[in-house]
Amino acid sequence: MSILVNKDTKLIVQGFTGSQGTLHSEQSIEYGTNIVGGVTPGKGGMEHLGKPVFNSVYEAVEELDPNASIIFVPAKFCKESIIESAEAGIKLIVCITEGIPTLDMLEVKKRIDDLGVRLIGPNCPGVITPGEAKLGIMPGNIHKPGSIGIISRSGTLTYEAVKQTTDLGFGQSSCVGIGGDPIPGSSFIDMLKLFEDDDQTEAIVLVGEIGGNAEEAAAEYIKNNVTKPVISYIAGQTAPAGKRMGHAGAIIAGGKGTAKDKIEKLKECGVHIADNLVSIGSKVAEVLQR
Amino acid sequence: MNLHEYQGKALFAEYNLPVSKGKIIYSADEVTDACNEIGGTSWVVKAQVHAGGRGKSGGVQLINTPEDGIKFAEKWLGNNLVTYQTDAKGQPVNSILIEECTNISQELYLSAVIDRDSQKIVFIGSSEGGVNIEDVAKNMPEKIIYQGVVYGDKSLPDSALNIAKVLKLNDIQTNQFISMIDNLLRLFVEKDLSLLEINPLVITDSGDLLCLDAKVNIDSNALFRHPELLEMYDETQEDPQEAEAAKNDLSYVSLDGNIGCMVNGAGLAMGTMDTIKFYGGNPANFLDVGGTATQERVAKAFKIILEDPDVKVVLVNIFGGIVRCDLIAKGIIAAIKEVEVKIPVVVRLEGNSADKGSKILSKADIKIDSINDLADAAKKAVELAK
Repeated sequence: MSILVNKDTKLIVQGFTGSQGTLHSEQSIEYGTNIVGGVTPGKGGMEHLGKPVFNSVYEAVEELDPNASIIFVPAKFCKESIIESAEAGIKLIVCITEGIPTLDMLEVKKRIDDLGVRLIGPNCPGVITPGEAKLGIMPGNIHKPGSIGIISRSGTLTYEAVKQTTDLGFGQSSCVGIGGDPIPGSSFIDMLKLFEDDDQTEAIVLVGEIGGNAEEAAAEYIKNNVTKPVISYIAGQTAPAGKRMGHAGAIIAGGKGTAKDKIEKLKECGVHIADNLVSIGSKVAEVLQR
Repeated sequence: MNLHEYQGKALFAEYNLPVSKGKIIYSADEVTDACNEIGGTSWVVKAQVHAGGRGKSGGVQLINTPEDGIKFAEKWLGNNLVTYQTDAKGQPVNSILIEECTNISQELYLSAVIDRDSQKIVFIGSSEGGVNIEDVAKNMPEKIIYQGVVYGDKSLPDSALNIAKVLKLNDIQTNQFISMIDNLLRLFVEKDLSLLEINPLVITDSGDLLCLDAKVNIDSNALFRHPELLEMYDETQEDPQEAEAAKNDLSYVSLDGNIGCMVNGAGLAMGTMDTIKFYGGNPANFLDVGGTATQERVAKAFKIILEDPDVKVVLVNIFGGIVRCDLIAKGIIAAIKEVEVKIPVVVRLEGNSADKGSKILSKADIKIDSINDLADAAKKAVELAK
């Protein structure tokens, strides 16, 4: 087992024919992901990477019966793209695009919640189940099928955690980047639930960063609901207050959301802390006693 | 993106929110005309900078003659104002807002933000205005109300009423307040704000509500649909290196240490800074070079990092995802030559074709410490910075 995506995932790509859509679709197909087609308004009827292109998600759904969509369209069009996909009946949407206005995301979040749609991202590397399906921009080759579930707010930081768990032989059940925006489609808690229920997952790595209180909320949830060991690393221990560190969500505002607060809370709730970026893998080994 | 007070108040006026009559001036010559135009016998002059705490630092003054206003303008225009919210250098004053004088009977607090937890726009109100709201939250939490609202929702007047009660407004003020909340929310949504703060919101001696200050932040991601707001951008209020980086689509924040950092990805950039600190060093900056570390971007990043005279060594940490590390290595070498970097450079490449990349770096005709293990690379940078 795994979470969210697997061999049976039938994927369409929104923004299929653009440069990002093309590059990452090629890589995903090469990885073995079942991309059945794509959507680019105005390019319906053509073929791209050997797959059919449609003008709208509705048409693609009609013809291809996909069960997931990945979005590479520019930020200013993402609100419409996500909502279109959700209304067309797609139940899993992964949005890679960064820079979506926060108020657009407020609207999107409400709509997808009403429709019971799962959105991963935006501003994220996507989701991968190693050896089965890659819905995102992560390098496939550092992953390995295995037993660790990884959840993260950051792209390249996720790759570090993946690489370290691969090098030590654990591999990953699935890896999810939930994104660095203030209003993400899915939270740490949503993913913790899925990993807790997943047989293949033995331990969970939660990679957090400064800003907001998603890690604190996750800690509380873990204490009460997660029986599997959770290992966490929090980035931004040296970040100053009031300065936004790249991600729209990564800012220490009003003295809240510091790495220190998050680490203390996580520890208090029984989470194992990797105190250094380079020791995530070894902390997993220590906790699993291997 | 931050706005100046006068720009925020112009938006307020556009949305029928009560603000003082005022005029913005850019030179001392304009003071007398401005005072005459506004009328009255006393005025308030306010230095326009992107920082709070102006009053305590001499940046706001009550004047009784235009001559005093001219003195104020001559003192501040072209100089920097230092407040508890700025760095030691302060922020440059290029304009001054002159306003009619208001007789205040009470100071209140009102702000609106997007709350991540409830995923709503939340108004924050307090009967304690004119002070640091974080102190109120800490010491007198009962005097603050947090009220989530939904744009277009029929219950908005009820929400406004809840806040009005905490602010202890009378009936007339409550009526003013209900339409004020409606207008503020419309402003927030239509102009894509990320923060709106009125501190203080005052009750004048005639019993009316008035927005005496205006702090407005706009969601930078939404500027594509607000060319009229983009025009209000004031580059002089930004850190020059950070502004230069932003122009090049690089995310840069300057810090106090001496180890320059160049990393792909915001999370990994923070993680790299932490790793340097963990091994006893001090990062000079946060820099996210982005997903595609091309020669052009790497060269620009080096230029920005090297503007900081404290930097003694640069640590480059790239996790090659889709982009191959051998290409990145070539880009780094070319960039170092192009920018003529003279201080030591430590490079850690990981991910896609990392071995090939390291080989290219170690064979280069310039000195680069190529270390694949992040811990070892960080340790090396710390040692070289000593």
